[in-house]
Amino acid sequence: MPEPDRQAAPDSRPLRVLVDLNRCQAYAQCCYAAPAHFTIEGREALFYDPAPLAEARADIERARISCPVQAIRVEDPERGVL
Amino acid sequence: MVAERAVVVGAGLAGLRGAEALRRAGFTGSLTLVGAEAHRPYDRPPLSKHVLTGAVAADATTLPSFLPLEAEWRLGTAVTGLDRRNGRVRLADGSSLAFDRLLIATGTRARAWPNPHEGRLAGVHSIRSREDATALRTALAAGPRRVLVIGGGFIGCEMASACRTLGIPVTLVEPSTAPLARVLGTHMGDVIGALHTARGVEMRCGTEVEWLEDDGRGRVVRAHLSGGDRIEADLVVVALGAVRNTEWLAGSGLSADAGGLDCDADGYALDTEGRVDARVAAAGDVARFPHPLYDGRRVALEHWSHAVAQAEHAGRLLADRKACSHYAAVPTFWSTQHGINIKSVGLTEGADGLVIAQGSPKEGRFLAVYGREGRCIAALSVDCARWLPAYAAQVAARAPFPPIHGAIDQPEHRPVLPPGFS
Repeated sequence: MPEPDRQAAPDSRPLRVLVDLNRCQAYAQCCYAAPAHFTIEGREALFYDPAPLAEARADIERARISCPVQAIRVEDPERGVL
Repeated sequence: MVAERAVVVGAGLAGLRGAEALRRAGFTGSLTLVGAEAHRPYDRPPLSKHVLTGAVAADATTLPSFLPLEAEWRLGTAVTGLDRRNGRVRLADGSSLAFDRLLIATGTRARAWPNPHEGRLAGVHSIRSREDATALRTALAAGPRRVLVIGGGFIGCEMASACRTLGIPVTLVEPSTAPLARVLGTHMGDVIGALHTARGVEMRCGTEVEWLEDDGRGRVVRAHLSGGDRIEADLVVVALGAVRNTEWLAGSGLSADAGGLDCDADGYALDTEGRVDARVAAAGDVARFPHPLYDGRRVALEHWSHAVAQAEHAGRLLADRKACSHYAAVPTFWSTQHGINIKSVGLTEGADGLVIAQGSPKEGRFLAVYGREGRCIAALSVDCARWLPAYAAQVAARAPFPPIHGAIDQPEHRPVLPPGFS
């Protein structure tokens, strides 16, 4: 049986998230905005999901705009670069 | 007017950001990106951290693009030569590409274990590419009895950290007296080494791995150290730093060797006579350039932020040749080890003094500043990131050392310590 064509569903393509960790100062606002995709390890080391599914779009966008040092960039296949 | 052709050689972080900068600066000609690896540009820092622990899939690290490139991609195709006279780069598939503007961003590769037979044994790994990280992740998930990490640089330390996160016994062997000693000096190296020891990494400093023994069936079983000791390890990670990918420039007339491709202060490539080739710029790990903040000392930096900043500079340079200025970004990097956030600004080389400017190493949370001849040259933050921008400004200004007096959270006494560079 052929594999279902994942590319056919537009929302299954992941977002691309990139955090400039030189800039990040662990204010952790992203962790409140999108707790499933951003966490602080130890005292201040940010860990994030670089390829969240499109369903998380609203959370990721809230995280992006809440960053006090604007360290989060997102490429969204539906909405372009944010 | 004939349409201009730009070629970017190297499809990593620097190649991608350089190509974007070309377009952003208004370059409207044809654009081709050539990459030896089969993948679109991806982010390497997670490969030695969360990809190893399984928290991030290796193929989730594809880098976002920040504008439509309208480029042709030649992936899985290594570059093999540069013919400047005819303005062409030669590719491994026998074809060639003509260029009017060329960005060289071929980066580095992992330095191989010096004995090729031992280096090919099953269970011996290195870590540079997505495939390397995937293979290592599979090997770690199989539950090795003990991992041996050869080399106590940042990659080696991150590797040891990943092993402890997974609960795997790990030994790290480093020839100098402390991990990270080459970059941070032995004083700070000892501090970081103690953090590793406290988290269960067996640190073997001041010794070297002489040879790797196999089980007679081609799989590594133990390592023999220079003092005669043996380490039983069924997984070995060679973390001996990187080698710059410049061999393909042999015969091009450009000034390049294992230490990088020489550039002038603007970022243009130099030929062996020291003349600028204004069609060619370089960026990222492969570019060796005079850094104005360090009296024009020629450096080639393997930092993520530098790859971005220098590539953006080089892209602008190639798009608009008159709009250039010297590249002078202050070097920065970060590493996470055992959940500890280690960040740095500036270059420590030549430091003759070190002060703990904020916090305390005893508490595992501090900021140290390196000085040279009475000026601040670098700062190191360990779980103290919010203080770093203030000290980064002192480094960028070459401020008097020690810097910033009377701030809150400073130690009462700030003696100048020997940083421990040999």
